[in-house]
Amino acid sequence: MIYLQLFASFLQVGLFSVGGGYAAMPLIQNQVVELHPWLTLQEFTDLITIAEMTPGPIAINSATFVGIRIAGIPGAIVATLGCITPSLILVSLLAYVYKKYRDISVLQNVLSCLRPVVVALIFGAGLSILSMVLFNGQAPGMEEVNWIGAGSFVGAFVLLKKFKWNPILTMCLCGGVGLILNLLIFPA
Amino acid sequence: MNPHDGSRTRAERLRALFLGTLYISAFTFGGGFVIVTFMKRKFVDELHWIDEQEMLDMAALAQSSPGAIAVNAAILVGWNVEGALGMIVAVIGTIIPPMVILSVISFFYAAFATNAYVALVLKGMQAGVAAVILDVVCDLGENVLKTKSVVYIGLMILAFLANSVFDINVIAIILAAAAFGVVRALIHSGKASKQ
Repeated sequence: MIYLQLFASFLQVGLFSVGGGYAAMPLIQNQVVELHPWLTLQEFTDLITIAEMTPGPIAINSATFVGIRIAGIPGAIVATLGCITPSLILVSLLAYVYKKYRDISVLQNVLSCLRPVVVALIFGAGLSILSMVLFNGQAPGMEEVNWIGAGSFVGAFVLLKKFKWNPILTMCLCGGVGLILNLLIFPA
Repeated sequence: MNPHDGSRTRAERLRALFLGTLYISAFTFGGGFVIVTFMKRKFVDELHWIDEQEMLDMAALAQSSPGAIAVNAAILVGWNVEGALGMIVAVIGTIIPPMVILSVISFFYAAFATNAYVALVLKGMQAGVAAVILDVVCDLGENVLKTKSVVYIGLMILAFLANSVFDINVIAIILAAAAFGVVRALIHSGKASKQ
């Protein structure tokens, strides 16, 4: 039963994520945090952190991670299969149609309407991760602000935007800064 | 559709396809677009199995289809080189590295996350992840604003409100936008045929 749920959940992730990478993020969050009690928002944020650090599509990384935690190796395989099934069917179909008609104007029209929507959804997922960083998953309030996280976020954003730093390097720097500052300010 | 490579047997081509996609997938950080450029280097420039125009078309199709871009590109390349069997071989080659890496990590994660130091590093890195995502969103959002189209900008704002303020399910939002796109395409083609 759990295998069926995993398969169906990641089937939806595979089916509705258009535009790759970050587009899958809000869908995964929806399936594994909101609709099913598989990961907490904290664990989901850790998962995205790990997925950013490792090669491979976020959707496949997430399917493996969630699958293993919920139902072991078979769970990982079932979830990954769910994730790639829509691609296997639709992409081969699309390739066939494309070869035959060479006209994808309806598809292009649909895509051009989906793109701005996907941007908004990625923004939403980014905001929930940011609120995790700023308020440690508590309700937003001034007395709960994690100032180390807030400072790291602003610093990292400037490094990325102004100085075009490499994302993985920026994340590692944030990890180091977070560890050192926390140990200095709150020594065990 | 067969590659112009008579010097190799079918088994040899399947083996090269598997090892090629395995290698590319294991060492490509940074998502779908990066993997497409690596595939071009391997299958167009090195093996000459696909020509450059085909590769560009495949990249466009991989990007516009649902699912992970890397998996979609592997499906198209594999299909083009060796049919259905090639497709399966290429997809397996592509998904093995992330599956193995994430399996190993998820076994360590339970022990990892309870370690105070690791938890602090992960917590710190989350600030970086939030920055990376919002930096990407800025670039993407800028591109939408640059279209100066009321429709696209309006869709972006509506989708944001629906998702972040009204908590409407993401799949419902995507389906609504796709339906809107289909209607819009039909109206456009209707107008075009009247003229």
